[in-house]
Amino acid sequence: MKPIEAINDFVVKFANVNGSGSASANRLFAKSMMRMGVPVSPRNIFPSNIQGLPTWYEVRVSEAGWLGRRGGVDLLVAMNPQTWDQDVREIEPGGYLFYDCTKPLPKSKFRDDVNVIGVPLTGICNREYVDARERQLFKNIIYVGALSALLDIDTAEIETLLAEQFANNEKLLASNVRALHLGRDYAAADLSCPIGLRVERSAKIGSRIFIDGNSAAALGAVYGGATVCAWYPITPSSSLAEAFARYCAKYRTDPQTGKRRYAIVQAEDELASIGIVIGAGWNGARAFTATSGPGISLMQEFFGLAYFAEIPAVVFNVQRAGPSTGMPTRTQQADILACAYASHGDTRHVLLFPEDPTECFEFGAAAFDLAERLQTPVFVMMDLDIGMNERLADPLAWDDARRYDRGKVMSFEDLESGKEFGRYLDVDGDGIAYRTYPGTHPTRGAYLTRGTTKDRYARYSEAGPDYVENMQRLARKFETAGTLVPKPRLYAATRPARFGAIFYGSTSPAMLEALHVLAERGIHVNALRVRSFPFQSEIADFVASHPWVFVVEQNRDAQLKTLLVNEAKVNASRLISVLHYDGTPVTARFIADEITRHAGARTVVPFKKVAS
Amino acid sequence: MTYLAKPRLHHPTLPANRLGYTRRDYEGAVSTLCAGCGHDSISTAIIQACFDLELPPHHLAKLSGIGCSSKTPTYFLGNSHGFNSVHGRMPSVLTGANLANRGLIYIGVSGDGDSASIGLGQFAHCMRRGVNMVYIVENNGVYGLTKGQFSATADKGSKSKRGAPNFDEPIDLVGLALQLGATFVARSFSGDKAQLVPLIKGAILHEGAAFIDVISPCVAFNNHPGSTKSYDFVREHNEAVNYLDFITTRAQITADYAPGEVEEVVQHNGSVLRLRKLAAEYDPQNRVAAMNCLHERHAAGEIVTGLLYVDPEPRDLHAHLGTVDTPLAGLAEPGLCPGAEALGKLNASLR
Repeated sequence: MKPIEAINDFVVKFANVNGSGSASANRLFAKSMMRMGVPVSPRNIFPSNIQGLPTWYEVRVSEAGWLGRRGGVDLLVAMNPQTWDQDVREIEPGGYLFYDCTKPLPKSKFRDDVNVIGVPLTGICNREYVDARERQLFKNIIYVGALSALLDIDTAEIETLLAEQFANNEKLLASNVRALHLGRDYAAADLSCPIGLRVERSAKIGSRIFIDGNSAAALGAVYGGATVCAWYPITPSSSLAEAFARYCAKYRTDPQTGKRRYAIVQAEDELASIGIVIGAGWNGARAFTATSGPGISLMQEFFGLAYFAEIPAVVFNVQRAGPSTGMPTRTQQADILACAYASHGDTRHVLLFPEDPTECFEFGAAAFDLAERLQTPVFVMMDLDIGMNERLADPLAWDDARRYDRGKVMSFEDLESGKEFGRYLDVDGDGIAYRTYPGTHPTRGAYLTRGTTKDRYARYSEAGPDYVENMQRLARKFETAGTLVPKPRLYAATRPARFGAIFYGSTSPAMLEALHVLAERGIHVNALRVRSFPFQSEIADFVASHPWVFVVEQNRDAQLKTLLVNEAKVNASRLISVLHYDGTPVTARFIADEITRHAGARTVVPFKKVAS
Repeated sequence: MTYLAKPRLHHPTLPANRLGYTRRDYEGAVSTLCAGCGHDSISTAIIQACFDLELPPHHLAKLSGIGCSSKTPTYFLGNSHGFNSVHGRMPSVLTGANLANRGLIYIGVSGDGDSASIGLGQFAHCMRRGVNMVYIVENNGVYGLTKGQFSATADKGSKSKRGAPNFDEPIDLVGLALQLGATFVARSFSGDKAQLVPLIKGAILHEGAAFIDVISPCVAFNNHPGSTKSYDFVREHNEAVNYLDFITTRAQITADYAPGEVEEVVQHNGSVLRLRKLAAEYDPQNRVAAMNCLHERHAAGEIVTGLLYVDPEPRDLHAHLGTVDTPLAGLAEPGLCPGAEALGKLNASLR
């Protein structure tokens, strides 16, 4: 058996027990390599549970900078006896198994084609610590120490990280550093270090930052001027609202009075959350909620109200695997149709598809401009993979000259000067009418907002022509939206390509890597990343210029493809779905293999060539 | 309903308040409810209260859910913004509006179907959060707009228009409001304007969650013998614990009452609630006693009305959240956006 040899290109998977304090140690491990200039992409794979169930942390190290999930495991850190058999099976032949060898395990528990590295973690802890909790927590730091020796990670970087983490607690810092060295010293003395997998200092991080999408989106809301947040706890979106609270406390507290330039309400349910958002939006504040699939289902009636009464609202939908409760802690892109056509009656909603934390920030801020300009709900379609995992991403940027687009609002002066005000009167031909905020003028500009049909002047009307005119104006407004939302991004192949591929959201890193793999296999694919709905003409043009176009999605029913056929008027017979929906993030291997299979079946090889 | 629109012109001697507005300036469109509907009397009482308090109409916002009661904001305060939202969800929409602009006065109008059935949860949470608002339930015990089904406030044993008895226990929103921490709780009757108008005024001047349950007979579906929400039944069983005489921040307080007959409650903003006591021992500042009284009288088949509870020093949602005095909707980039420099520092901390 030949041990795997790789420098800065491997996958380490930690198998832990939920609630054992492993998360911060695993993060420390991942960050230490980033400090050495090596791109790393970690992912939490966790259960819907607080304590006791299995949880995994998968770290992909990639000098080439691929941030998608690779698939397969080169080094397993097996800290959970419960999942041992399953975890050991996943190791690539020639890979490594790191385990706690305090108690001997029967030979049948191991594989012949895997290199076994035993460290008596429990033994070291029992020798060094008396307190049960300390034994538990420091065990995690001890394995990080041992791994640092085995993988040749610079201990100084880990010590720096610990110093930053425990800047205000010297005692804890000292005990963590001690635990780190317990592990490192054991490995250095008793094991052959380094193993075939090694980390070498590099310079591939640049100015990139390490942040999760939920935090980045919350920052987008802060920078985008959101003042009202109403939410109901639901995985995987809760940390978005919590991050908003944290950043607001830091950036939006009046230094003189200690008072807050924001309001956050944890509502009684998702209905109240979106109701509060719509009430605040109606009254001139920028407001948002963060939720996931089940919350989207509950909010449906309100989405229709906001669409029809034309009230700005921003909804961060951090998608998870549905339907129903589905897999609450697993990722999917399966709410596309539920959001695009949310609520009863004829509705269409604006969707934004960020690919990573940087776009979560950018789209998060832009969503408030769009919502107020278009006076309608805007959905930022994230998912668990980008929402809850920290990812290397371009630094967040803000132009201080940027001003919020508050949309069409009539002021006291407008009304006083006698400008005609009709709440649903399309004066500019773009389908967007002027609104007034409550309290603007004593005698002009007041109107009653309602979910019932109305005429141009917001008067109740069930007259057919009034209804039709209003619905046509709303359709016109949606066309205007198409000119304002982010355009798709083209990733052109280096050689003429017969195949196209359309993808969106968190599929991005896996897709870009798959394009590279495919090109090496001689399959050249032009790719287009859809970044929003309504769709622009670029998408139809892209489909028209390729005989076959793969649509890569993380759901069973090809939801974006359905929307493309319905709304972009593309030729459905050219579209081939590549679908991944087991709840794990899609991998480059999966995409490349699927496309290779389809491409093979569609590549006409000249008869002569075959014969020769 | 009437199809005759009121003429815009009015009598030159129609009195104006200090802002120069006549009562007509607080009216809305002509009601489309049934002739004799209790809800129209409540709309009139709201108009009267706002005129008397000399409120600029655009400083008020009126919000509602769905149902006959929720249609009424069209029929009062035509110069105020209104929001006829979705069924049972007025409390959340109003909460959001209030968070966006704490500078306006919020009147939420709802019905018994809207607040006691589909929206019971939102009613409860709005009260316990202490949203600064006047929450009026126009309570008639039936679904009027869908033609007379029982609502959740219909008394057990009361009969529908077709004679079918109601077997379910009623939900008493006043009892819930008291339990959930509303700081101004009253019950009144749409047929008793003298009692209702001052209660609405007191609620408007109360800077916290004010709840008024107004029994408002449905002339079309719930005004028959066997109903406990008919004009006749309510008149016969109305047990007022007190009468609110004045609500003012300016009027001189002159004692024309015998000792023990009058209680004055000075609210945080200086407004005075002068209560003419009808039940001598009733203490409107004792929440637990109010709840006991409510249950005792209910067991005796009586409908307790009046100002049942008031906390003169209420705290509202904004106080709990510690928000700035400026309405959040009025803040602009300098107060909201931390800027590029702060983002640069944040980026640096994430490497």
